[in-house]
Amino acid sequence: MRFPFGRGKRQQQLDQEIAGHLEMAKRERLDRGESAQHADSAVRREFGNVALVQHVTRDQWGWLWLEEFLQDLRYGARTLQKNPGFTAIAMLTLALGIGANTSLFTVVNAVLLNPLPYPHPEQLITLHESKPNFLAGSLSYPNFRDWQNDNHSFSSMAVARSSTLSLTGLGEAEQVNTRFISAEYFPLLGVNPVLGRTFTAGEDEIGAAPIALISAGFWNRKFARALDVLGKTLNLDGKAYTIVGVTPADFDLFQRSAHVAEVYLPIGQWSNPLLPQRSAGLGIHGIGRLKPDVTIKQASADMQGVTNSLAEAFPDADKGIGATLIPLRKEMLGDVQPVLLVLLGAVGFVLLIACVNVANLLLARSSGRAREFAIRSALGAGQGRLVRQLLTESILLALAGGGLGVFLAQYATRAALRVLPEQLPRAADIHIDTHVLLFTAAVSLLAGILFGLAPAMKTSQPRLHETLKESGRGGSGTRHRAQGVFVVLEMAMALVLLVGAGLMIRSLVALWNVDPGFRPNNVFTFGLALPPSLLHATPAAIRAYVRDLDAKFAATPGVVAASQSWGAFPMGSDDEQLFWIDGQPKPTSENDMKWTLSYVVQPDYLKVMSIPLRQGRFFTIHDDEHSPFVAVIDDVFARKYFGGENPVGKRIRLDHIDLSGNGTLAQIVGVVGHVNQWGLGSDDTQQLGAQMYLHALQMPDDYIATVPGGGGSFIALRSNGTVPSLLDALRQTNRQINSEQVIYDARAMDDIVAATLAARRFSMILLASFAGLALMLSSIGIYGVISYVVGQRTHEIGLRMALGASRTEVLRMVLSQGAKLAGIGVLVGLAASLALTQLMGSMLYGVSPTDPLTFAGVAVILTLVALAACYIPARRAMRVDPMVALRYE
Amino acid sequence: MGNRYQNRIELLQGTLDLLILQTLRWGPQHGYGISQAIRLNSGDILQVDTGSLYPALHRLERQKWIAADWKVSENKQRVRVYRLTAAGKKRLSSERSRWAQLSDAIAGVLEPAKKESEA
Repeated sequence: MRFPFGRGKRQQQLDQEIAGHLEMAKRERLDRGESAQHADSAVRREFGNVALVQHVTRDQWGWLWLEEFLQDLRYGARTLQKNPGFTAIAMLTLALGIGANTSLFTVVNAVLLNPLPYPHPEQLITLHESKPNFLAGSLSYPNFRDWQNDNHSFSSMAVARSSTLSLTGLGEAEQVNTRFISAEYFPLLGVNPVLGRTFTAGEDEIGAAPIALISAGFWNRKFARALDVLGKTLNLDGKAYTIVGVTPADFDLFQRSAHVAEVYLPIGQWSNPLLPQRSAGLGIHGIGRLKPDVTIKQASADMQGVTNSLAEAFPDADKGIGATLIPLRKEMLGDVQPVLLVLLGAVGFVLLIACVNVANLLLARSSGRAREFAIRSALGAGQGRLVRQLLTESILLALAGGGLGVFLAQYATRAALRVLPEQLPRAADIHIDTHVLLFTAAVSLLAGILFGLAPAMKTSQPRLHETLKESGRGGSGTRHRAQGVFVVLEMAMALVLLVGAGLMIRSLVALWNVDPGFRPNNVFTFGLALPPSLLHATPAAIRAYVRDLDAKFAATPGVVAASQSWGAFPMGSDDEQLFWIDGQPKPTSENDMKWTLSYVVQPDYLKVMSIPLRQGRFFTIHDDEHSPFVAVIDDVFARKYFGGENPVGKRIRLDHIDLSGNGTLAQIVGVVGHVNQWGLGSDDTQQLGAQMYLHALQMPDDYIATVPGGGGSFIALRSNGTVPSLLDALRQTNRQINSEQVIYDARAMDDIVAATLAARRFSMILLASFAGLALMLSSIGIYGVISYVVGQRTHEIGLRMALGASRTEVLRMVLSQGAKLAGIGVLVGLAASLALTQLMGSMLYGVSPTDPLTFAGVAVILTLVALAACYIPARRAMRVDPMVALRYE
Repeated sequence: MGNRYQNRIELLQGTLDLLILQTLRWGPQHGYGISQAIRLNSGDILQVDTGSLYPALHRLERQKWIAADWKVSENKQRVRVYRLTAAGKKRLSSERSRWAQLSDAIAGVLEPAKKESEA
């Protein structure tokens, strides 16, 4: 082994050293009177082969520290082998700590750290319209085209709109996830087709020829990767599209694997008649790529100018409309980042506790090794050398623990992925890679140094005299104190984690007790893609078809009631409606109109959802297209827009449900309870509280005509819970109605409600498992220390008992020592928690970060567990036989 | 010169270390000085080969038994001067006692009668 660095310098020094030797030998010969020439050759002969001498000398340089390190490593491995019990416990403890960290880091690495898979991802900005009620509202198609032309900050802009279309003529009819996109979409992201081409400029205009892109997954599923797929046609919602290209599998802008689209169509192909309307917010959102060196601030200022001039040119539609620019990364990770960082902090605590535990084990063991080190020290080993050897040992232990930890992390990560909320972006990327392994290696090394250093310092300073004289109890005083400090730290950290988990559990309990305003149990929902033949039917025919649908589904065995739901649906979709009070002049701009959520349903909807009727009446079968247009509002709507007045009988004008422009007159006939629209945790934080119900079959012809091709049908029904396989029964009913009609996205309402809590539940499960781990490790810690202390004090305890102390007094003495440590730990932990739980603010619901009940409860639990852990060694102390204890030694 | 080769004794493994350490006992010395001192003190019998001396010096330095400094000699020559460290002193005494044991042992083998009478 050769020294790889500083070799040149050492070689130079060796040259000089030998030159010096030759020079001095020559000088001596010259002094004796020899001739210069003779002296020179004699000296060289005497010295021998200079190069050979240099060579054999260089061989001695070696890599000393490495040799010593290898020696330490061998010695360490042997020591660990000799104590399999200690080694197993320490390794397992570390493996749990490191494994938990590794699996969480695997998630953080994939979600937060890995760059987005697009070229120059930092240039990608999502684009939205800011409206008085929404900071990030959807973009209208004409505004998008003007933004595209008028801005100076973006090298490219694109829009996309998700939809589901019915695919027919290619196997069994089905619904496919579709995105309507502008031509720039894929080139802007730098995503290339795997086959064929993407759309070119102009092909995305309204009225252009119908063409389509399919995803590689769809290509595989439907065409078995046949290369002649280009040019084939795809029948979507009854329209034939020519396939021009295949996009990469799994591509989704936000990397949510659950949302991957299978078909892309040009935005101009969207059949929504409102598409060319400048004021229509249709769920279209944009993405832009900043020009190089343009900051988001400059771009915002630029867009401000663009939207201002549009507001001047089109005051009706664009007054008060601005542009909201959000970096893609932030839009994707906004809610996830703080949660993951809190969890990472929590899991870091678990590792610290594991380290402290192992440090304690090492300290306890060091008393047994005191003589070994005293002897080595007496034989001339310096303290540094001893510390290095002990550290090598602890790092070896940590690396072994780390290896086992990675192994455990593989399973833990797989388990975590199962409880992971569906909305988590980039979930598909989560796997153990080199980054994760490097992280684990670094964490293990650090852990090894961390838990090894204190015991190493203590052990390597043996009191030579005392130890060698075999009065080995000398060093135990300071060691005992250090162990006490460790236990206090451990207890404190465990308490912080328990408080965090406790707060999350209380939040979830609070959320489960939130009244959503409807009864989700036994409610079942599904989408229904209507048969393409209905696309060209008259509004009257569509109404008749829908009426028949509801009746047939309601008649399915086990079904109590069924209703269409075309607009908003609680915790599913949202749909806003603009209106003004009848009798007042129509506001000049949309921004001066009033807003409400709009639910377009059938008479049985109230029964399906079990929403209470507060006043007046709900829809009946006597309300139809020929009777006066009626609306039902919720109590929030009533309070917000009518104050104390009785809303029943009032009339409002609804904007844009027909194309007349005068608004549709609707009379309010009833008031119902408010429902939770946005999810259990977030309803009261949303601005848009007012809710309105319209009768599906009373909707104007213009609206009805869009139903078969646009939103399709969405059915909510209540079952009596007696039919075990309701979905099969529904499918059978469906087949009887029309074989080209597809049921999709069938879900139990209970699951939909639970999904709104998924992110919090995920955090809760993780925090609770970390806290459980922490509780276990710290109980083992306090158990170990009290056992050690009892072992050390056997002699003293025996003496006390011989002098008349009772067994209960001994028990109390030992327990009180444990209680003291636990108590101090709890106090420190409570103080730390007060500061740290503030970081969890956004994850909590209905409970304050300093909730006294949680703090007190957790403190009691931790103290009890600690005392239970001390009870085992305390009982051992109680059973000490004074005769045996005193005779020993 | 023939005399020199006849009387030359091959040094035992490890003996050179002892000789170097012992030589440095009397003060810092450079490589040439060490070889001269060993030669003179052994009455010209022990001739240290440079191919053994320098590796030994560098090995002893690595083991921290001796340390080296650069000095400038009277005739302005930069020379590397070795000195004994604390660890080296300890090593020297243990090597010396080992040597004493060894020579006693060898003497005992060569003259068994003497050994018995001592015991």
